[in-house]
Amino acid sequence: MLAALVSLPVWGDASTMRILVEFIALLGLAQMWNLLAGYAGLVSIGQQAYVGLGGYALIVLADDLGANPFLAVPLAGLVTAALSLPTAALVFRFRGGYFAVGTWAIAEVYRLLIANTPALGRGSGRTLKAVFPLARESREVTTYLLALAIGVTTLIAVYLVLRSRHGLGLMAIRDSEPGSETLGIDVFRTKLAVYVGVAFGTGVTGALIYLNLLRISPDAAFSINWTAYPIFIAVIGGLGTLEGPLVGTALFFLVREGLSDHGAWYMILLGALAVGVMLVYPRGLWGLVASRWDLHVFPIQRRVRR
Amino acid sequence: MTVAWVDTIVQGLLLGGLYALFATGLSLIFGVMRIVNLAHGDLSILAAFLAVVAVESLGLHPFVALVLVVPLMAALGYGLQTLVLNRLLGQGILPPILVTFGLSIIIQNALLEVFSADSRRLNPGGIETASVALGGQLAVGWLPLITLAVAVAILVGLQALIGRLAVGRAFRATSDDQEAAELMGIDNRRLYGLAMALSLGIVAVAGVFLGIRTTFTFASGPDRLLFAFEAVIIGGLGSLWGTLVGGAVLGVAQTVGAKLSPGWGVLTGHLVFLAVLLLRPQGLFAKARRVA
Repeated sequence: MLAALVSLPVWGDASTMRILVEFIALLGLAQMWNLLAGYAGLVSIGQQAYVGLGGYALIVLADDLGANPFLAVPLAGLVTAALSLPTAALVFRFRGGYFAVGTWAIAEVYRLLIANTPALGRGSGRTLKAVFPLARESREVTTYLLALAIGVTTLIAVYLVLRSRHGLGLMAIRDSEPGSETLGIDVFRTKLAVYVGVAFGTGVTGALIYLNLLRISPDAAFSINWTAYPIFIAVIGGLGTLEGPLVGTALFFLVREGLSDHGAWYMILLGALAVGVMLVYPRGLWGLVASRWDLHVFPIQRRVRR
Repeated sequence: MTVAWVDTIVQGLLLGGLYALFATGLSLIFGVMRIVNLAHGDLSILAAFLAVVAVESLGLHPFVALVLVVPLMAALGYGLQTLVLNRLLGQGILPPILVTFGLSIIIQNALLEVFSADSRRLNPGGIETASVALGGQLAVGWLPLITLAVAVAILVGLQALIGRLAVGRAFRATSDDQEAAELMGIDNRRLYGLAMALSLGIVAVAGVFLGIRTTFTFASGPDRLLFAFEAVIIGGLGSLWGTLVGGAVLGVAQTVGAKLSPGWGVLTGHLVFLAVLLLRPQGLFAKARRVA
């Protein structure tokens, strides 16, 4: 399957590549959110902050500072990771529901700061100009291959983190903070590390999204949808699993394309599905599959051997 | 200080009355059942749209429309809590956050589909421009004054309900210790339904006053949630009167910011909130140490 994906530029067309870049980007956002909320218990409603900051970092790095636009994508992740530290200093004062609203408020602060900065184009935004000299086809192919590399790296990185000692610590924190503290887990440092790591991944994905779109504005880049999509994807697919976001992203595209002539109804349907899953079967679609056939594509559970 | 500045601050203080209304509903349900309703702002906009329907189809005055909209929203709140949110009790923090967030997105997009993206306003027939002269060149609009009076009346009523009536005693008991309250024969599930009904009734009042004061669209909800949240945090969790002060601080920050530079109003409010969070995280009038 990987071979088919890598060779796609040879046999596929530009629109397929664009859709796949979007698929990889949404899957990446969903995995990052899943890591944050499904594993570390940090239920953020403000991840659009890092999508927007990543997109703007790409444009500043490539257009204003002369970096290679493709190299600027991972660099944008470093910028968002750095900005997540002062952000964490504020939002980590909250827990639970107030953490969720707090992260949302901070995302609004970033949006309004950028919308009031003349050098960033204020409310009307900017266009990525650094890619203009490139031929259209080579830009599209490079963007696609970069997206594929990011997608595969994200999957492997999340898998390795969750398989590691720290991943086990994370799940312990999610299940009981005081309990994991008594086991010698440094709760604050573990949570902070996840928050910053996820800010990096989300920022890279944000930069990738705007490398694909080329045009950025504060309202679009800091839209709550950048958090709503990954939440619906992760919840419907199955929280706290690696396979869940994959299943959820596929379903997301099916619903969106299927209802593409019906305005905002796809969001209403996805929201209703997510609410229904939380009420009826919180383990999601993949949870249903996994428990029925004991199927695990990415085994991260630890089991006692008999 | 010039009259214009005094006027700006007075306007901000009065705006705080409206924010306190939004904040009270949020604070009430957090106090009783420890959940944050992320659809809070969108539900207030839903109430404003319901008032638009009542005004346009029945020819009611917006204030009269409250007689229909408030019970309707309260009933919706009772149903939402007893049929949906109560099923998530005892499953940790994640499910209520995700379900209310899902509702927020559903309500926004449903409002978009039903009422289009056009901005609406409730027309109260001239009262929105009428004002009282305060001497000097200072004048205060009747509408903000009425809003503040209603906010204070609701806070006094809520304070009395929580302090004196049996249902208020049950609210306090559940807030302190859910399990012990249940052992004492309090039906938590019904009580939570009542708290949510009360919260959405208050939010309906806030939404209608918002709709009279300014234009709104399907997407106006999230800002209402954020302002309510900020007023609660600035005032201090669990303090009803602190909420009024929090709303006033936020209102003044926004009007002063907007006067300094258009486009900086809402941002200044957010920045003052962050400053309070950094310097006095327990809020200005906290009931106790922050537990949230």
